[in-house]
Amino acid sequence: MSEQTIDGIIEKYRGQPNSLIHALVEIQHENHWLPRDVMHKVAAALQVPFAQVMQIASFYKAFSLTPKGRHEVHVCTGMTCHLRGAAKLRAKVEELTGLKDGETDADSRFTYETGACLGSCSIGPELIVDGKHYGRMTPEKIEDVLKQYE
Amino acid sequence: MSEMTEIVLTIDGQEIKATAGMTVLQAAQKAGIYIPTLCHHEKLEAFGGCRLCMVEVEARGWTSYVVSCVYPVAKDIVVRTRSAKVDKIRKVLVEELMAHAPDAPELIRLAEEYGADRNRFERDASFCIVCGLCVRYCNEVKQKNAVGFIDNGARREISFIPEVAKDECWDCQECFTICPTSYAQAAYLLTEALAFPGQRKVPIKTTQAPEPTRRVIPIMPVAATT
Repeated sequence: MSEQTIDGIIEKYRGQPNSLIHALVEIQHENHWLPRDVMHKVAAALQVPFAQVMQIASFYKAFSLTPKGRHEVHVCTGMTCHLRGAAKLRAKVEELTGLKDGETDADSRFTYETGACLGSCSIGPELIVDGKHYGRMTPEKIEDVLKQYE
Repeated sequence: MSEMTEIVLTIDGQEIKATAGMTVLQAAQKAGIYIPTLCHHEKLEAFGGCRLCMVEVEARGWTSYVVSCVYPVAKDIVVRTRSAKVDKIRKVLVEELMAHAPDAPELIRLAEEYGADRNRFERDASFCIVCGLCVRYCNEVKQKNAVGFIDNGARREISFIPEVAKDECWDCQECFTICPTSYAQAAYLLTEALAFPGQRKVPIKTTQAPEPTRRVIPIMPVAATT
């Protein structure tokens, strides 16, 4: 997520206004969020007005305009996971990380978000870290899972 | 359009001649038939945002309700700009918009015409009806893009981009006059106050020139168009 990586992504799409979303998706994936100065660089390189970059970046939930942690922790609060004890998972994650829904810790280690439905009802309740699904989760197991992510 | 194909259609019982590629709204306006609009502006691409120009169209025996500012004219269609159902649609649209901008002069006028109740829906005084006139005018006519849409769905709103607005807006202010609710002006002044107080670019003054007069447009009823 160095500046060079971001500049590399922007260079790849230079002069291609139609590739705005692709460029933003790649930067979001690499950097976990879209800083304002990066969006200005994208606007200049892709020859798109900054207002339009803002419009796209704020329209899609996949983009974040605020800093995110290195690892994204999701707890599913869909009906199935809820009935199987998602509330206890949430309480444990909140206790371990000290974060509330949507927050990021000061070391940028974790961003914690709830969501519904994350699509794996058969293995609920589930915890998802960086896209990896941990099914049949119990509050006791969470600490060991989170330890793997620094 | 290389060849001007003439299309004949009926609007409110009158036979109207239009050319291919025109919209029903354009054909009606050309013939002097009034259809209410909020998001339409002759200098801008059709937007189809406010839905107020909804008309009844009868084609091949089928009646449908279409947005006339984006609906192209077609041969032998019968258009009715007023009917019980059209009026009802417009009434509800005005009522919904009035939940956001209850005192917009244009909406008050429309509410009178269609019998809309300004208190029907719970107030959500955003003062913006998201017609997009300011955004589109700044993009298409001025090509400055100092104001844009942000967020989506029910949370969508207009937002001035401070980096651009600082240098462009004070000298222009053209979107303030086309905004149906005065919100564009309010949003700009709020942005200025928060993001660049006292730093706006103003016209360069020579020592002899008098102080430029304040150009913010006072909030007053807009004269009814047409």
